[in-house]
Amino acid sequence: MYLNFRTAGRRSRTAAGLAVAAIATAGALGLLSSCGQSPHSSSTGAGAITPGPGQRQTAGMPGATGSGNAAGSASSTSPMPGMSMPTSPSSAGAPAVPATGNAVAIKNFAFSPATLKVKVGTTVTWTNQDTDAHTVTSVGSGGPLHSAALSAHATYSHTFTEPGTYAYLCTIHPFMTATVEVA
Amino acid sequence: MSDYHDSHDGASAGDAGRPETEHGMNRRQLLRHAGWFGGAVVLTVASGEVISRIADSRDSNVGAAAGAAAVGSGELRFVQVSDSHIGFHGPANMDVAGSFGEAINKVNSLGFRPDFVMHSGDLTHLSTAGQFDQVKQLMAGMKTDRVFTVPGEHDSIGDAGRAYRRTFGRGTLGDGWYSFDTHGVHFIALVNTLSLEKLGHLGNEQIDFVRKDIAGLSSDTPIVVFSHIPLFAMYPQWGWSTDDALKVIALLRRFSSVTCLNGHVHQLFTKTDGNITFHSATTTAYPLPKPGRAPAPTPQVVPARQLKDALGIRSVGYRQGDRELAIKDQRLA
Repeated sequence: MYLNFRTAGRRSRTAAGLAVAAIATAGALGLLSSCGQSPHSSSTGAGAITPGPGQRQTAGMPGATGSGNAAGSASSTSPMPGMSMPTSPSSAGAPAVPATGNAVAIKNFAFSPATLKVKVGTTVTWTNQDTDAHTVTSVGSGGPLHSAALSAHATYSHTFTEPGTYAYLCTIHPFMTATVEVA
Repeated sequence: MSDYHDSHDGASAGDAGRPETEHGMNRRQLLRHAGWFGGAVVLTVASGEVISRIADSRDSNVGAAAGAAAVGSGELRFVQVSDSHIGFHGPANMDVAGSFGEAINKVNSLGFRPDFVMHSGDLTHLSTAGQFDQVKQLMAGMKTDRVFTVPGEHDSIGDAGRAYRRTFGRGTLGDGWYSFDTHGVHFIALVNTLSLEKLGHLGNEQIDFVRKDIAGLSSDTPIVVFSHIPLFAMYPQWGWSTDDALKVIALLRRFSSVTCLNGHVHQLFTKTDGNITFHSATTTAYPLPKPGRAPAPTPQVVPARQLKDALGIRSVGYRQGDRELAIKDQRLA
């Protein structure tokens, strides 16, 4: 049973969520964690792992010596939404250094150019030239840039229809930041 | 901002008015804390292992105790592994699954069975369902009763952590945070990788969780906090800090001894701030540069025989009677 599955989406910094996630069931924690059977745990429960206040079951998963461990049972997770592979670049390929005003290279863990100035209506294309994956993601909530994880040589494009300054980062390497200025 | 050097500016909420002392601790807290930590952690390298040992502890064997085979009853032993990046493939490590397997073998051959293992994030490299399955199956082979996790930013790419929680979210609250108790120690597992804007971020809902979680605890309760990104300002230029961590730090000031264990930076680092000691863990995947020693925190390629020296696991021992925590970092080599 999973608790509190929230809808996806980057929450705004200013949103002050004050609700506590789970309502504590009053009284003693009746449920002991499922980590009994431990020979070196004292039967008094001092060695047991018990969930904190307001939590009815212990987080985590059983280890090899934990109870209820079905080793090797593959969990049936469904494919992740939005993780389809991005399209490969055309055979023309992007220039190594953005020479035109509508290309951004992702190279050596940096966006280049760090500030790109374009006119309204321009389609900007990002090309990952690193071997490691990166994303192009608007800072804060509500921004237009939301790429999947871009593997090596993958591209991501977005057409800017409104003037403004669009700050973005790589969510995998958040020290990578850049902006597009649309006039 | 995340600067701890003058953290008693009164701006933080939940700060119980303490008599001002040099370390922001009252005398009783200071004595308690010294009893557990001796105020300093000594890093020594012996036979290829980095051992962080508490200085001036009454029991000089406390550092070695973490790795000793004899386990007294009532003694807590747990292991931290971190940053396995299953799915990474590059010259810095062509076989991260293999090196994580070696780390698991290390855990299974410590000479004692840890009460639990905590993986402090970046289990996967790209948050795919296949990578989550693989890391979960690998971890199921660890000889311990329970395996805990917190997500890294690599475990929550593009989906605010939903795939992570599908695999590891059972029994957690909110976006995946939780707490538990064992051997008289209270453990808190935090998530600071979801609303990243350069720095790690906890969010008000999670900070409220911590406030309520510790409200009923005696100030003598040892606290251990896990997070992926450091809760202290290790190197903000590379995002190695958490922008709202001070709100949690303020809540933890009243406790005699607090230990914060993080991953993310792929290297050992220890900082003590009053009653709170922060320990960054190493990785099982690939080394990252020391702060400022490279243009960016990118995977470092080292000669193959040196790679294992850069990778490792951490075991932690705690004896209820002695109020001491012993941390031992071991290389895979």
